[in-house]
Amino acid sequence: MSTLEIRDLHVAVGDKEILRGVDLTVRSGETHAIMGPNGSGKSTLAYAVAGHPKYTVTSGSVLLDGEDLLEMSVDERARAGLFLAMQYPVEVPGVSVSNFLRSAITAVRGEAPKLRDFAKELKAGMDGLSIDPAFAQRNTNEGFSGGEKKRHEILQLELLKPKIAVLDETDSGLDVDALRVVSEGINRFRASGDTGVLLITHYTRILRYVKPDFVHVFAAGRVVEEGGPELADKLENEGYEAYTTKASA
Amino acid sequence: MGLETKPLSTLHEKSSYDVADFPVPTGREEEWRFTPLSRMKGLHDGTAAVTGGVVVDVDAAPEVRVETVGRDDARLGKAYTPADRVSAQAYSSFEKATVITVPKMTAASRHTVITLRGSGAGAAAYGHILVSVEPMAEAVLVLDHRGSAVYADNVEFDVAEGATLKVVSLQDWDDDAVHVSHHHARLGKDATFRSFVVTLGGDLVRLSPSVSYTAPGGDADLTGLYFVDAGQHLEHRLLVDHSVPNCRSNVTYKGALQGDDAHAVWIGDVIIRAEAEGTDTYELNRNLILTDGARADSVPNLEILTGEVAGAGHASASGRLDDEHLFYLQARGIPFDEARRLVIHGFFAQLIEKIEVPEIRERVLSAVEAELAR
Repeated sequence: MSTLEIRDLHVAVGDKEILRGVDLTVRSGETHAIMGPNGSGKSTLAYAVAGHPKYTVTSGSVLLDGEDLLEMSVDERARAGLFLAMQYPVEVPGVSVSNFLRSAITAVRGEAPKLRDFAKELKAGMDGLSIDPAFAQRNTNEGFSGGEKKRHEILQLELLKPKIAVLDETDSGLDVDALRVVSEGINRFRASGDTGVLLITHYTRILRYVKPDFVHVFAAGRVVEEGGPELADKLENEGYEAYTTKASA
Repeated sequence: MGLETKPLSTLHEKSSYDVADFPVPTGREEEWRFTPLSRMKGLHDGTAAVTGGVVVDVDAAPEVRVETVGRDDARLGKAYTPADRVSAQAYSSFEKATVITVPKMTAASRHTVITLRGSGAGAAAYGHILVSVEPMAEAVLVLDHRGSAVYADNVEFDVAEGATLKVVSLQDWDDDAVHVSHHHARLGKDATFRSFVVTLGGDLVRLSPSVSYTAPGGDADLTGLYFVDAGQHLEHRLLVDHSVPNCRSNVTYKGALQGDDAHAVWIGDVIIRAEAEGTDTYELNRNLILTDGARADSVPNLEILTGEVAGAGHASASGRLDDEHLFYLQARGIPFDEARRLVIHGFFAQLIEKIEVPEIRERVLSAVEAELAR
């Protein structure tokens, strides 16, 4: 049983305050959707929790099972059990998918997997996401299409088995087939054990495949409304207009 | 630039076997302005005391002929005429030259290794190597520079019609070595030349690989990798002179620098003369600056004197490790040092894969690893 606890989190980029007091608790077994208009700070939340150097936490706390994530380096957070699936996965020239994943698994599990076991595990993971096995030898994300990049993020999610996964607009740029494959991957991950998911999205589309337990509406750097799955349906029909006018008023 | 304009720098514009034809460089000249002359140990002004001290040892493929010849051997200096003072000094000062011949229509069954071992940086030595690959022959050659020396030399690669020569030149000198070298490849019709330069060791290394073509169809690929540590000056000066139609050249040099006063210089001159229609050329230099206090100078020069080229381009970039690369790897649990190692390794990986000889490839890989562990 794991808990990610975000308390009164304020985050700035340069001099500009983006998050203005976010409170959120994600427990294993739960799926939370964060929805909101562009520029509301959804991605900032994801990157700040993961520790991207561009984002400065000015106050508040982020605890994973009581441990202060903000005191940890980026890699320590990941080894503590946090995973961030990125909206724009980074191309890393000259580092093959296979080499990258083996290094990551070794770091997260604390020991290098046997080569044979790793090959098997990688193949099974790739099969499950309809990824061509040839990708194992390609440079990480280099020349991948948007959909291929997102599949590889979910492949990493399934292999690294974090306690809490933050999925930042994993659905953006996917066609219907890719969305289905990626959603199945997320659902396998959810079913695989004691894991919590924080799903950040602009659209309700992915929520048809990945059913959230809680929906939080984000506007102007904080949570402005919370509810169950029915809140997503409301957003589907009415859009974000009510929140954006309220926030700017 | 108009078609009638003379190019700024070509191989034969200013070349001579006679040292006296080149004034002693002062450091203000374009071709010497990056080089710290005070660390040349007298190679540039004739004050270096010649005492020998570089032992040349050849481990040749059975099909390859190896000779040690005197200065009067008529074959020497045919493919290349010295183009600067140090090159002319080396040409007029060497005592024995090594001549490697790959007989025509012969494919060497294994690579040939020329080891040049310096016995101390207290003395200066001059050398000359001629590698002659006869028509339709094929060979792989390794030049392995080790130990300590103050050494200037000229290496001629004469690649005849339809022949293929692949060369790996390792500058793996001790920390106090000074090495100034010219490697010139003269390519005959449809000849193929692959050069892979790896410069890791030495206080000052200035290597000038150049290529000329005598007939159409020549194909040259020049690849380089260097790792510059604190206090080192590693300079590579490329010159590809396209003077005949329908030849190809590709230059890719990548380097990493770390530590105070680590200095890399890369000059990439490519000339496409008016008569060289159908030329296809590209040159690229990338520098990865790993710490403060290191400096990379990168100067690509592409002169095109004909409108009829198949392709011509160049690119140069020097910068730090990309924070986004490191963040991505670290966000997957990989510790910073390991992430850094992976990214730098990746930066060189595609180049190292091109090295023909597996044991040299392994040696370069582990040398890069060792540099990263410093």
